[in-house]
Amino acid sequence: MPARTAWVSYAATLGALLPLPVLFYDFWTGQLGANPLQRAEQQTGLLALVLLLLSLACTPLRLLASRLGTRLLWPARVRKTLGLTGALYALVHLGIYLLDRGPGLLDFLQDALKRPYITVGLTALLLLIPLVLTSRKDSVRKMGFVRWQALHRLTYLVGALGVLHFWWSVKKDHTESLMAAGVLLVLFALRFLKKTPQLKKQQEEKKFL
Amino acid sequence: MNPDDPQDNPQDNPSNPSSKLKTRREILRQGVLTTVGALGLATGLELLTRRPGMAAAAALAAPSKKIYQGPYDTSEPMSALEDITGYNNYYEFGVEKSDPARNAGKLKTRPWSVVIDGMVKKPQTVDIDTLQSWFPLEDRLYRMRCVEGWSLVIPWMGFPLAALLRRIEPTSKARYVKFTALADPKQMPGVKAGVLDWPYVEGLRLDEAMHPLTLLAVGLEGKILPNQNGAPLRLVVPWKYGFKNIKAITRITLTDKQPTTTWSLIAPDEYGFYANVNPKVDHPRWSQATERRIGELARRPTLPFNGYAEEVAHLYKGMDLRRYF
Repeated sequence: MPARTAWVSYAATLGALLPLPVLFYDFWTGQLGANPLQRAEQQTGLLALVLLLLSLACTPLRLLASRLGTRLLWPARVRKTLGLTGALYALVHLGIYLLDRGPGLLDFLQDALKRPYITVGLTALLLLIPLVLTSRKDSVRKMGFVRWQALHRLTYLVGALGVLHFWWSVKKDHTESLMAAGVLLVLFALRFLKKTPQLKKQQEEKKFL
Repeated sequence: MNPDDPQDNPQDNPSNPSSKLKTRREILRQGVLTTVGALGLATGLELLTRRPGMAAAAALAAPSKKIYQGPYDTSEPMSALEDITGYNNYYEFGVEKSDPARNAGKLKTRPWSVVIDGMVKKPQTVDIDTLQSWFPLEDRLYRMRCVEGWSLVIPWMGFPLAALLRRIEPTSKARYVKFTALADPKQMPGVKAGVLDWPYVEGLRLDEAMHPLTLLAVGLEGKILPNQNGAPLRLVVPWKYGFKNIKAITRITLTDKQPTTTWSLIAPDEYGFYANVNPKVDHPRWSQATERRIGELARRPTLPFNGYAEEVAHLYKGMDLRRYF
């Protein structure tokens, strides 16, 4: 990574992680309201979804820029960071949920099968695991670019399941979950933008690494 | 690293002469940009995902008349007043728990008239102060269980609905009581936003309405009811889920048909007309077996009829409470 833009990925890592200590601070100082566990659960869930959507936005943003004749490099630099921190928040979200509902792993598994919104949320989280495991530097080379890319298209499925999980968990006001769904649809549509010849060539070369 | 990115392989990229920081000035520049960028992203994330905190506890005004001790107090400790007035659902003022305390302040609760009509011998429109002067006011410490799985212990002040019903004399045909709430988009941002089908409507079977536990509340902890808790007049039916307890009542109608209530209209599979607290009948999306008493971290088991089974279970004798949930 060139030195001049190294700050982008540091900034993304730090910035994405900062809400976590803020959440702890709010919890510690009683600023999470009357039902702190529920609030923390909602916030980490939302953080996970927002970060995953942001990471999904990186490639379309680059495609869009390239169509407009500019070469954007920074989105690609932060994509992995955003995805990994999103997965981290999803894990914390599950942790708080387990803490909230109390002990009993068997009960939890029953709950996960019985309640569609939990099934969907848990599926999204499980699908994140292979993505996290193949986020290492050498994963692309080991897997081959085509297979790696195919696997990582799962993020769209994770995003869709995340939005559905959000939608089902809300009692009535669907404004936020609809907004998330809208963003996801736009991002997905942008993926169908044709690549510029230059971008295409670069990617063709990668396949044979 | 990103395989799509030409700069991950410096040799591919002629515009990248070096991958090392060279000067002190460059290090400083990177540091500043990192800090600014990180704070920018963190702020953005906080703005998108952090929920507003609670408003300060409401200052309650004392009523002028003597209050009697009601006969049905729970022995459980009362919840913190700031939780009672700062954490509740009142969608007319917004969908967040903190919205009612934030937005209800502007609601004008005087003058306020209540229309009493339908199958009654004495239909009338009555001013709220006149209405509450008809009856002795009582303090009643009740458990309140929300359908979402949390609960509070609330010191209501009011009078039994039965007292009002006896006074207005339902006809022999009347079988249900229908309540209608205020829906004023000028004073209620949630009504303007159109979250539910306004006005909010709730209902009780006549025998439920006549039960001595059923209260029309005008106060909280011996003081005038704060706007966010349903001033000037709200229903309290402690063995049912909280959403039955309609706030800011403007009309009480006696009918022979079961009223179509707001939540049962929106999601009939999730919110029934009866809405009796029942740990054995799950909400389709979550279990009702346990609840969180606000102020406690661990959950506690939910009691049948919210702990009032001894008083009210007989009202539902022979009914399938899974069907009539």
